[in-house]
Amino acid sequence: MWASNYNYLIYMADSKLISKIPEGPLKEKWSKRKAEIRIVSPNNKRKLEVIVVGTGLGGASAAASLGEMGYNVKIFCISDSPRRAHSIAAQGGINAAKNYQNDNDSIYRLFYDTIKGGDYRSREANVYRLAEVSAAIIDQCVAQGVPFAREYGGYLANRSFGGVQVSRTFYARGQTGQQLLLGAYASLNKEIAAGTVKSYPRHEMLDLVIINGEAKGIIARNLVTGEIERFGAHAVVLATGGYGNAYFLSTNAMNSNGSAAMQAYRKGAFFANPCFAQIHPTCIPVHGDQQCKLTLMSESLRNDGRIWVPKKMEDVVKLRKHEIKPSQIPEEDRDYYLERRYPAFGNLVPRDVASRAAKERCDAGFGVNETGLAVYLDFADAIKRLGHQRVQERYGNLFDMYEKITSTSPWEEPMMIYPAIHYTMGGLWVDYDLQTTIPGLYAIGEANFSDHGGNRLGASALMQGLADGYFVLPYTIGDYLSHKFAEPKTDTNAPEFAEAEKAVKERIDKIFAVKGSEPVDAIHKKLGHIMWEYVGMARNEAGLKKGIEEIKALREYFWKNVRVPGTNEEFNQELEKALRLVDFFDIGELMAYDALNRRESCGGHFREEMQTEEGETKRDDENFMYVAAWEYKGEGKEPELHKEELKYENIKIATRNYKD
Amino acid sequence: MEYNVKVWRQKNAKAKGHFETFAFDHDCREGICGACSLYVDGRAHGPDDAVTTCQLFMRHFKPGATITVEPWRSGAFPVIKDLVVDRTAFDKIMQAGGFITVRTGSAQDGNNILIPHDDAELSMDAAACVGCGACVATCKNGSAMLFVAARVSSLALLPQGRPEAARRARAMVAKMDELGFGNCTNTRACEMECPKHVTIDHIARLNREYLKARFSE
Repeated sequence: MWASNYNYLIYMADSKLISKIPEGPLKEKWSKRKAEIRIVSPNNKRKLEVIVVGTGLGGASAAASLGEMGYNVKIFCISDSPRRAHSIAAQGGINAAKNYQNDNDSIYRLFYDTIKGGDYRSREANVYRLAEVSAAIIDQCVAQGVPFAREYGGYLANRSFGGVQVSRTFYARGQTGQQLLLGAYASLNKEIAAGTVKSYPRHEMLDLVIINGEAKGIIARNLVTGEIERFGAHAVVLATGGYGNAYFLSTNAMNSNGSAAMQAYRKGAFFANPCFAQIHPTCIPVHGDQQCKLTLMSESLRNDGRIWVPKKMEDVVKLRKHEIKPSQIPEEDRDYYLERRYPAFGNLVPRDVASRAAKERCDAGFGVNETGLAVYLDFADAIKRLGHQRVQERYGNLFDMYEKITSTSPWEEPMMIYPAIHYTMGGLWVDYDLQTTIPGLYAIGEANFSDHGGNRLGASALMQGLADGYFVLPYTIGDYLSHKFAEPKTDTNAPEFAEAEKAVKERIDKIFAVKGSEPVDAIHKKLGHIMWEYVGMARNEAGLKKGIEEIKALREYFWKNVRVPGTNEEFNQELEKALRLVDFFDIGELMAYDALNRRESCGGHFREEMQTEEGETKRDDENFMYVAAWEYKGEGKEPELHKEELKYENIKIATRNYKD
Repeated sequence: MEYNVKVWRQKNAKAKGHFETFAFDHDCREGICGACSLYVDGRAHGPDDAVTTCQLFMRHFKPGATITVEPWRSGAFPVIKDLVVDRTAFDKIMQAGGFITVRTGSAQDGNNILIPHDDAELSMDAAACVGCGACVATCKNGSAMLFVAARVSSLALLPQGRPEAARRARAMVAKMDELGFGNCTNTRACEMECPKHVTIDHIARLNREYLKARFSE
């Protein structure tokens, strides 16, 4: 009786996972959906309010587009200006299926590369739509005045990125994210000036407000005054990025966090594939215990840089003692291990593959710095082949950045790199319309899970953020809002708002009440160690179970020992960090549960139990070809798993092969 | 960095004081977000060229040296707390005209707008501005000319957005004046401290744009 009851509940819950993928051929799905979407008339758009949280590529582009359409938009960011969102730090480029290089690129090929790169764990329909709108993104950005690199004829230039064999990446030096964000920020400013968008900088969302099962607003803390404020709307869009900072050390900005997504999760939004975190192969290695973040060196460097470690152990020993320089090691004594193992793609294999290969060499003892956790990225050949000026144009600012940080010049000696946490493919579960399991709550960009499967290809995050924000969400949200224009403005005096505000205040009071002695960062660093050790580049069952226990213990430790000075009623960065860390415990735990459940190696998720003899990932399509969507069941409790089966109708499933 | 710097705060001799951490803006730690805003040893972003504060390393200081750290000094950037200043004036200047009025979805093919390689590169030089405000903080007049120039010049070098170029130059300069930034007297301090090498050539281009705009009024 109990069992059948239980099954029934599962069934009921899984019926919530309605992906709303339109019927019909892949190529026609998006057109079909657009045709079905009900349109809100201009006079009704004026009556509708939308909250957008986050001002990165997704948030800024969505808010600007919604504003242009005539909706009333409120946009929130934690930094002092929308322009500082972490999208700004993306370096290498943005993909688009333009086929400007005449290398037989197409929408299908971009779609295929993305699905394959994601190790067959993303949704066909969403990815196809992404590829379909990619070309329009470039046009939009050019029109906004984004100074993309040009060829001498004045045409747009391209470069290659990992995991693909065509040149489809558009770029603005090594600052593509910055330029695209400034484009979206400019569009946002245009709408702020027009009065359709109201901007709330230095505001942090601390809870989602749900009325009658629908998302109706947020509780936010004014980071300058500490005031807890209520904001109501007809729909809420989360564009708050990923949760990579759960690892403490990552390439994310210091303030990047997963809190908004966690608030939605705790209020009932399902969280999908949390264990899929991307470890980027080209970061500057960790150099000490006092470090607070890691610096990424753009993947574009792998276009022309060659990755190697010495073949001979004696060279490694000398390098570590600084007795020789890497440039003194003769060609025949170098192991260009990516070119050796993956001849077809060479240094341009996808990120997860390149990261694991670096770990493999370092685990075998060939790491080239004192910590044994570094490999070389060498430009000597590229400088010889292309000349100083061409290399300067392509990578000048990245070389400067590297030299500033390490005080060695990549012009003379190879860079040292090592993998680091960079991006999270997992995120809030969304349907084809980018709506979460909570009606009226949407998630776009890195905050959702839908497009990158188990691993994201380089230059695709910018593409997804802008695709969602400019071309997908502004249409799909209309379908929901078309039913809402008769509803009055959300009343922020409603009891649901009061309750949410009270809960937020209690959480803040609880943090101040601890009065321990340990700074937030010190505890966050401990969480980072647990995450990297047990939920990092290689995971196994025993480790993951241990990780979960340790996270639980650390959470308890936090609530006894954290010290947050000052008060709520002021600019208090320690309080901001403490509130985010509370959410990182939940995220870390959720990642570990998901990683434990997913007993296969797939994309960025590597289970040691599941590998081939050559050490490559071993997927288990029979048992795990699904999206794992998790439902919150209470703090410290095991979440409940819901499955969305993935169907591949247009792609032949294969083992990822970058060898030939 | 696990910073443990604490500040003793006490309103007056009789008031009860207490320790607090101190506040400063920081985020990407890669010199691109522009959040850093520290005046270190009398220089915006400290004693190194073409860096933001987060790219300033301790190797630039002698062991045991006393380091003086101040917030950005400018009337247009009021201090919020400790080393944190309010730079919303920059957003307001951008909202006055630092954009091209194009709707989502109405753009033509990117390759229909041909841009000479060198123009795109020059435009990118200006667009590299991170909006940190070092130019304002270091200028004896508290002028935001380099910031405004970076945006106006970047767009002026491109064919896009020409129909509103005159309006843009006028509106952004007017907004800059309105918000209390000073005038430019060509001291070049701004380009000395700009973390992204934005040069005053762009101010010259802004001036040309502005003059053209005034004549076309």
